[in-house]
Amino acid sequence: MKMKLISAAVAAIVAGAPAMADLTFTSLSYRTGPYAANGIPFADGYADYFTLLNERDGGIGGEKVNLIECETGYNTEKGVECYESTKGSGALVYQPLSTGITYQLIPKATADGIPVHSMGYGRTSAKNGEVFNGIFNYPANYWDGASVAIKYLLSENGDNLSGKKVALVYHNSAYGKEPIRTLEELSKKHGFELSLLPVDHPGQEQKSQWLQIRRDKPDYVLMWGWGVMNQVAIQEAVNIRYPMENFIGIWWSGSENDVLPAGDGANGYKALTFHNTGSDFPLFADIAKYVKDAGKAAGAGDQIGTALYNRGLYAAMLAAEAAKTAQAMHSTAALTPAQMRDGMENLEITEEKMTALGLPGFGPSFKVSCQNHGGDGLTAVVQWDAGAKKWNKITDFIAPDADVLGPLVAADAEAYAKEANITPGCK
Amino acid sequence: MFYREAGDFKTSYVEDNQTFPIKFDRWRYYAVLAFAFAVVPFFINDYWVNAIFLPFLIYSIAAIGLNILVGYCGQVSLGTGGFMAVGAYAVYKLMTSFPDVSLFFHVLLAGGVTAIVGVLFGLPSLRIKGFYLAVATLAAQFFLVWLFNKVPWFYNYSASGQINAPERTVFGTLVSGPSADAWAKYIFCLVFTVIVAVIARNLTRGTQGRKWMAIRDMDIAAEIIGVDPLKAKLTAFAVSSFFVGVAGALFFSVYLGAVEVGEAFGINKSFLVLFMIIIGGLGSIFGSFAGAAFLVLMPVLLKNILVGGLGWPTDLAAHLEFIIVGGLIVTFLILEPHGLAQLWRVTKEKLRLWPFPH
Repeated sequence: MKMKLISAAVAAIVAGAPAMADLTFTSLSYRTGPYAANGIPFADGYADYFTLLNERDGGIGGEKVNLIECETGYNTEKGVECYESTKGSGALVYQPLSTGITYQLIPKATADGIPVHSMGYGRTSAKNGEVFNGIFNYPANYWDGASVAIKYLLSENGDNLSGKKVALVYHNSAYGKEPIRTLEELSKKHGFELSLLPVDHPGQEQKSQWLQIRRDKPDYVLMWGWGVMNQVAIQEAVNIRYPMENFIGIWWSGSENDVLPAGDGANGYKALTFHNTGSDFPLFADIAKYVKDAGKAAGAGDQIGTALYNRGLYAAMLAAEAAKTAQAMHSTAALTPAQMRDGMENLEITEEKMTALGLPGFGPSFKVSCQNHGGDGLTAVVQWDAGAKKWNKITDFIAPDADVLGPLVAADAEAYAKEANITPGCK
Repeated sequence: MFYREAGDFKTSYVEDNQTFPIKFDRWRYYAVLAFAFAVVPFFINDYWVNAIFLPFLIYSIAAIGLNILVGYCGQVSLGTGGFMAVGAYAVYKLMTSFPDVSLFFHVLLAGGVTAIVGVLFGLPSLRIKGFYLAVATLAAQFFLVWLFNKVPWFYNYSASGQINAPERTVFGTLVSGPSADAWAKYIFCLVFTVIVAVIARNLTRGTQGRKWMAIRDMDIAAEIIGVDPLKAKLTAFAVSSFFVGVAGALFFSVYLGAVEVGEAFGINKSFLVLFMIIIGGLGSIFGSFAGAAFLVLMPVLLKNILVGGLGWPTDLAAHLEFIIVGGLIVTFLILEPHGLAQLWRVTKEKLRLWPFPH
């Protein structure tokens, strides 16, 4: 007991001095552990965009951005510690980059009145803003991803998937289980046969799953993987000579780090994405000038232009745009989390806005509203070119099947509202 | 000067047999309790409770539970994570099925359910020992995690397989869910920790504890002097699993609020609790607290010093944490193989003679 008190006292003294700054954003990142390969580029992109805003524009609307980074290691207990230690510093929005931590934060952050933006992860039914007032998952969610993947397969097969076999290789966690319900509905609708192959954390051991794929010979394999699981899965697929063009990963299974270890074998692997890839955008010139060459890049500075770096950048861009919207709405430069929430709920991303930011065609245009916190779910398919070591966008942004997803979102949101005693409605 | 027995006369057997026979020790114990109950709740905030006190208290309960099995009865177990999961899922099912009952009883019942499961998985201990038993309990760990992932009934058929703690009260005060006050959560867990520690301490000082220790030291000899190994081993599994189940129930309902079985109760959790009691001291209640404090608070402390205080990059700090905690464990175990509890005992002996050691 004594020891505890002494060490706790020291911890409090040390922790008790958070820097109060103008606009505080938090980055619950993971640069260590089995998911670090994917966590690092995202965290770098997120940090670099805010550094760029500070260096080039002097912040957002004249207020400097203070980015607090906290290492979660993709671990929920550490995530809680990070949330509690940073929420007192005036954090405007949380982007935990982990479905498990998002589930953890949904009730906590709602009670504390701080918005959460789980961009392309987290609880899918957070799309329903009447139930999830402070939770946002624009521009796309897992069910959109699942639907678009099937739509793409339909277009490849002349709109007929009946009798085809589709296998889902997924991370055996809340994250990986998310698309199952949608895929089951879609398999009923389109008549394909769905088989489920769970992979346990961290996913280094997948021999038996791929043995099963080799035996069953599914026509298509979908993957909901993250971290080291992606690399292993792609390598195993190469090992059993599975045709890579029939292997489609969710956007979290589509980074350079996932395909590079498999070398030329990974050529033709496909993945979904809700934003563009590569660094052929005017904004990257600014990043090179103000961030990289100024020696202010986050991490090692070697991730610029990779798929996940772009996603981190995109997440930061959406947060900054929401902050601008909030500043305009409340005609104040310094924001509170509640004002930030309003900004996120009224966010509108248009092509002109993205062009003005130096990111023309980087992502789809969408508009957030109280009823729809999830955007339109427009998602594209990219394909890996192992020779050129780059992702090529092979489709336009495809809209998901709203007929199937709408009722599912409504049902899940209703279940949550009942569980948490929420009366749905707009603020 | 400290811990002196001189002048501390006992005039009855009850006094002589009390838990803390030395006056100074007793007063220190009362002081700690008074501080924990009467001072801390008034100064506690969300950060302290969620990042420091709750994990410490809950892991202490789990460590006490495992210490009874491994430290007192000598049955090595690697199933702690699985048993904590049983507690968590039991309390979840109870909370959602009987929303009007006080969470206090739910937690106790969850402990009871875990005790039954623990006895079932303890049955092989009658036949196998040592490393082989460890492997059998390892099977329990994997089986239980698989079960809670596989059977949707356990997580009420939610889409993601996550379980979320609804808001529940004790005496009209919220203790679970996001709106619960820091002090309420803290007091709730503290009450459980104190009850568990007192029960464990008294069990291990009495007949039952002596039977367990006899089995631990040499089971054949214990059988010859009249200890029934079946009863002794299975009671150890039952009591231990009860405590671990209570810890798992609190871990889910009060501390985390949302849990995913593979991530929260995986094999890593079993090892973490086992390391706690090895570092703290096998066969010591104080050791369970010390071990939990060491492994829960040290990383938080280091993180706050390295990132918060010195402003180092988070990844560097995270890696250094592993090195420092690992290094400290090795150092402690080389200097004192019987753990922090033994270190404490030696300090006490020295303090009795201080400042005139000769």
